[in-house]
Amino acid sequence: MNTDSEPTNKCRKFYGHGIPGVRLEELTGRLIVVEGADGSGRSTQIARLVDSLETGGHPTVQVGLKRSTLVSSELEKAQEGNILSRTTLSLFYATDFADQLENIILPALKAGFIVLADRYIYTLMARDMVRGMDEAWLKNLYGIALEPDAVFYLSVEPQELVQRNLAKSATLDYWESGMDLGLSRDMFDSFVKYQTAIQAVFHSLQKTYGFNVVDANRSMDSVTKELRKKIAALLGET
Amino acid sequence: MKTFSELNFPGRLIAVEGLDGSGKSTQIYLLKRWLEAEGIKVYFSEWNSSELVKKATSKGKKRELLTPTTFSLIHATDFADRYERHLLPLLRAGYVVLCDRYVFTAFARDVVRGCPPEWVRGNYNFAAQPDLTIFFKADLEVSLSRILEGRPKLKFFEAGMDLGLSKDPYESFRIFQGHILEQYMAMSGEFDFVVMDANLHVEKQQVLVRKLVSERIELKKFKRRSPLPLPPPAPAEDRVEAADTEEDSAA
Repeated sequence: MNTDSEPTNKCRKFYGHGIPGVRLEELTGRLIVVEGADGSGRSTQIARLVDSLETGGHPTVQVGLKRSTLVSSELEKAQEGNILSRTTLSLFYATDFADQLENIILPALKAGFIVLADRYIYTLMARDMVRGMDEAWLKNLYGIALEPDAVFYLSVEPQELVQRNLAKSATLDYWESGMDLGLSRDMFDSFVKYQTAIQAVFHSLQKTYGFNVVDANRSMDSVTKELRKKIAALLGET
Repeated sequence: MKTFSELNFPGRLIAVEGLDGSGKSTQIYLLKRWLEAEGIKVYFSEWNSSELVKKATSKGKKRELLTPTTFSLIHATDFADRYERHLLPLLRAGYVVLCDRYVFTAFARDVVRGCPPEWVRGNYNFAAQPDLTIFFKADLEVSLSRILEGRPKLKFFEAGMDLGLSKDPYESFRIFQGHILEQYMAMSGEFDFVVMDANLHVEKQQVLVRKLVSERIELKKFKRRSPLPLPPPAPAEDRVEAADTEEDSAA
């Protein structure tokens, strides 16, 4: 019985082994990912998308990194002390991701919701790849992840990102500046170098994962307009 | 999977594996006491013991928040933390590291929980193979009775209750441990386990363990050269005492 009111999704896929016991065809909602650095306008754009989607009658759920019930506070604490080595940090983030995937994303998709993910496995992979972790190892690890319906990568020049971050909080975040890598003692330099490296990795991942690259050097409004248009097309509302 | 010796680490890693109640923890403890008495640089590390991760794990277990996937990942996180911050530096420094459970516990347990074997193994592929892995094989009934006598109340995950094998925790525990034993036996050859008859008397087993370790590892290479912590420069009147400890370096 496949009518318009009870859609099934036949092209759902996990990237790899996936989560045992999940029936993919039951995941009828949509998973939309917004990726981009701090200062790329991710949170603002997601808030605006939630607004327009809900106004249009679509139920939404939001997820993001370090928001799991299971490990978010422990992960936060561990990062403050900067005492975790890279494999540990990587697996800790994967645990956080898996917890949200199984407890929020999959049930919401099954219930027909639109899930908006403020970052997904790509940021986690990019951060680790910049730190020299093995790409094949990461691909196996994140083989549990579900392929989203769309990934929007908000691309902003590092020089512009610096300006936006400083304008917002008058400081640069330790991790977003990649200070643990020792690229430069100067935080400004380190930020620019780190974000440039992250972008290069994102461009290489883009070839594998086929992101929609959105030029987010532009005004918030024009980015919102582009995102809304693309999502409407995805939902068949054009 | 290469051993630490094959990877030219100065140290050596010995792991014990087995079901709960197989007596492996007692054996590795007695092994540690012996090695310490012999003046060997020795370090002991237990599964699921990283300070950092333990809180999250116990919260997850208490509130039954864990799925097979997160159960597997959180234990991998714990292992990685101990591996990178303790085991690797100690092995570089020429220690004999004793591990009560190693990656094989995950290979067996997580797979019984339904995780794909290649995925689990892939996640742990940063870990080298122990130089010696002793598998304590007791009859299932022996292990079960040891556990059930000592701690009559079984924990939820320990009994494999998350798998829905049986409503009765004792029955669930039996089935779960039986499946884990099958997984262990299936990988025994691949990872070069030395299988120890854990039905034997405790002291007899320890004699065998010590013999095995001294045959497989050239222990005198791992003796402590200087007493720890390194003493501060001794004032004149303490010189005699300091001279006593120099014997160690002769070995």
